[in-house]
Amino acid sequence: MKRLLETRSLTAGYGDFQALYGIDFHVDDGEAVAIIGANGAGKTTFLRTLAGQLRATGGQLRFADENIAAWPGHRMAEAGIALVPEGRRLFPSLSVEENLLMGAYTRRPGPWTLASVFELFPVLCEFRRRPATELSGGQQQMVAMGRALMSNPRLLLCDEISLGLAPLVVREIYRTLSQIRGKGLSVVLVEQDIGQAMKAADRVVCFQEGRVSLEGAPGTLSREQISQAYFGV
Amino acid sequence: MKRELPLSAAATVTRASPLSIAAAVVALLLVLAAASMPAWAERSQLRMATEFLCLLTIAQMWNLLAGYGGLLSVGQQAFVGLGAYSLVVFGLQGGLNAFVVVPIAGVVGLVGAALLAPLAFRLRGAHFAVGTWVMAEVLRIVIANLPFVSGGSGVSVAPTVRGMDIATRDAVSLWLALVLGAGSMAAVYALLRSRWGLALVAVRDSERASQSLGIEGRRLKWLVYVAAAGGCAMAGALIFATKLRVSPDSAFSLEWTTTAFFIVVIGGIGSLEGPLLGAVLYFALREWLSDLGSTYMIVLGSLTVAVMLSGGGGVWGLVNRRGWFDLFPTRRRVRGASAGDD
Amino acid sequence: MAEWINTLLQGVLLGGLYALFAAGLSLSFGVMRMINIAHGDMIVFAGYAAIFTAEHLGLPPALTLLLVAPALAVLGYLAQRLVFNRTLGDDVLRPLLLTFGLSIVIQNALQEMFSADVRGLDIGPLATANFQLGGEVAIGVLPLLVMATAVATLAALQWLFRQTRAGRAFRATSDDAGTAQLMGVNRQHVYALAMAIASAVVAVAGVFLVMRTTISPSDGPARLLYSFEAVIIGGLGSLWGTLLGGTILGVAQAVGAKLNPGWGVLSGHLAFLLVLMFRPQGLMPKTRDR
Repeated sequence: MKRLLETRSLTAGYGDFQALYGIDFHVDDGEAVAIIGANGAGKTTFLRTLAGQLRATGGQLRFADENIAAWPGHRMAEAGIALVPEGRRLFPSLSVEENLLMGAYTRRPGPWTLASVFELFPVLCEFRRRPATELSGGQQQMVAMGRALMSNPRLLLCDEISLGLAPLVVREIYRTLSQIRGKGLSVVLVEQDIGQAMKAADRVVCFQEGRVSLEGAPGTLSREQISQAYFGV
Repeated sequence: MKRELPLSAAATVTRASPLSIAAAVVALLLVLAAASMPAWAERSQLRMATEFLCLLTIAQMWNLLAGYGGLLSVGQQAFVGLGAYSLVVFGLQGGLNAFVVVPIAGVVGLVGAALLAPLAFRLRGAHFAVGTWVMAEVLRIVIANLPFVSGGSGVSVAPTVRGMDIATRDAVSLWLALVLGAGSMAAVYALLRSRWGLALVAVRDSERASQSLGIEGRRLKWLVYVAAAGGCAMAGALIFATKLRVSPDSAFSLEWTTTAFFIVVIGGIGSLEGPLLGAVLYFALREWLSDLGSTYMIVLGSLTVAVMLSGGGGVWGLVNRRGWFDLFPTRRRVRGASAGDD
Repeated sequence: MAEWINTLLQGVLLGGLYALFAAGLSLSFGVMRMINIAHGDMIVFAGYAAIFTAEHLGLPPALTLLLVAPALAVLGYLAQRLVFNRTLGDDVLRPLLLTFGLSIVIQNALQEMFSADVRGLDIGPLATANFQLGGEVAIGVLPLLVMATAVATLAALQWLFRQTRAGRAFRATSDDAGTAQLMGVNRQHVYALAMAIASAVVAVAGVFLVMRTTISPSDGPARLLYSFEAVIIGGLGSLWGTLLGGTILGVAQAVGAKLNPGWGVLSGHLAFLLVLMFRPQGLMPKTRDR
């Protein structure tokens, strides 16, 4: 199992406010890792740092054997890291199709093209010319995921993709996720829905106040352990 | 793991510091010294002091708008011009003494701003800047085409100071300018120390916060806009009372805003001390570089560009980065048990 | 009657020049949300550059564009990348104040280099050539050429924005620069590129300006005002709106000047203020309010 992503003692924050206090984390090729934790625990900050939106203030960040901690933010997509951001953040001025095409900006080669994304999410093909923000929540989530896929990433980071969606839609999204994984993609999932996270992931990591408080395969963790790690009681 | 917040037993909120109290005393002495100038200063010095104080007033008004209100106005010359033409209407045609017209000009400025505000406030940011500029231009062209106020090439307002000998004229000009200059600083200071001032800075620092403040925020901006206009108009009337000639191009010249811009930005926008320092620097540079013509403006312009690239705080911003030298303290400090870091 | 038709036609064609002025401003505002107060001065600068290359390199007027446009594009790219980008952020005031200072520097630098005399570009018979349309109605060849160029430029920009990868990147960056970065878009480069294109358009506008009329170093601010008025009348975010806005401005000025020589520019200002009062979003607005 090759190590795709690794962080050691990673710290990051917003100006004077430190959000991450030395995170040790790794993802192997083909793995799906779920990150759970209460609000404010630093999960989104962590993903944003991995994706290059935030500059790490200390520690190591390695991706595919390269030290990327000091890279400018826009190079991450080129390297093969894609983030489906919290709140989706679709481009309002662009149509569904144009949003997807933006995902392909770096022109990385791979299986994901406009055609294959439309195959995965047929409903998007119907609405391809519509302004992306006119779609329903679930459909927008599909656009956001499709957009991330269009960059043919090696590592897909998903930030709270179930947020604000009906349970049926969430199940649909996660079913698609396992289809996507089938093509050899590694995934990091930040999830509030612990049940869903446990089902989808090979390994679960719990954040608490900017630190890793628990780690293990879903089957091996007890409810008490998770509760304690989550809330710190 | 959890940090205990200490119970503040004797924390007090203060504003004054030893330095600020000393500064207040010095300021008072300076004002008194300036007021005594007619007794000992030469004519040219008197006129320079008067000009200094008038430009300081305009600069403080512009700073109030931009540095505290977040409203960049490239159209303050509209109100300077209105002040100048109040001199023509009330002084020349109405027969009033020039210095009596100055407060009237203030009212004219207030009314003018109140009339323009509904239009101006449809715009924000850059659009507000250029929009106010257009309005000033409209005023300039309209007045230039009005024979009623002897627009066109201009008119002399010497008759408004008839009956006063030169010495008296210079003295009264200086004292009025002192009232305007010191008064404008005192007024802005008072505003900032008030509850309104706190709201103003909050509104300036966050457009979203200002939206959530809603009507309160908009009324505040309106107030600031109108007040600044009044100040500029009075300064305008006084300036042209010393120049004795009013023409549309000089009254509504963009240079009034440009000069205020230089003074405030180089000195330090968003503070009271900044424009004061900036005015001193401006006059010093003007004396020093006066022979160089356009180069002088290039230097000033380049300085403002440099200031903006280096964080935007101007000379005062550099000196006072940590707020240790607040001469006119508006920040509230917590003093008392375990105040943590500031 | 023919006089009025002529006036209207002149106004419409003048609008073409104003649309050219405004296109660069519209572009840089659309992408960077920045209004460059030195915009008008850059147009004047381009005009002087054209005059300079015509006089000192002996180039025919039309060919000066081939030198001035790329030069200005490079200057614009560097200015944005090295200077303007540093001021972009949450504080709207900083880029405005910086470009205000820059405007003053440019005006006075031009003054130092060319003195305050008015200068123009000699284009020989093209200056006064016109098409007779019957009766006493005629339109100038040059103004028609300017209008045609304006339409072509706006069409090209529209195509760039709608159909190309770069145009998508411009729009995405304008919407949400942080998320665009996730897709690999280098915001610094995109802004600089937008400025480079805007500068090239400014160069075209400047060259046509000195073909049509004479200029002096302090003419910049007025050109900024016309550009701005055209953009606001037409509506933010719409390139064709800019054409409409420019045309309305041109017609207003022409009609005003016909009624009274001193009222030309004033009429334009009044048209702008009227739109501001009754339809502040402009006649063909595209962008949502931020």
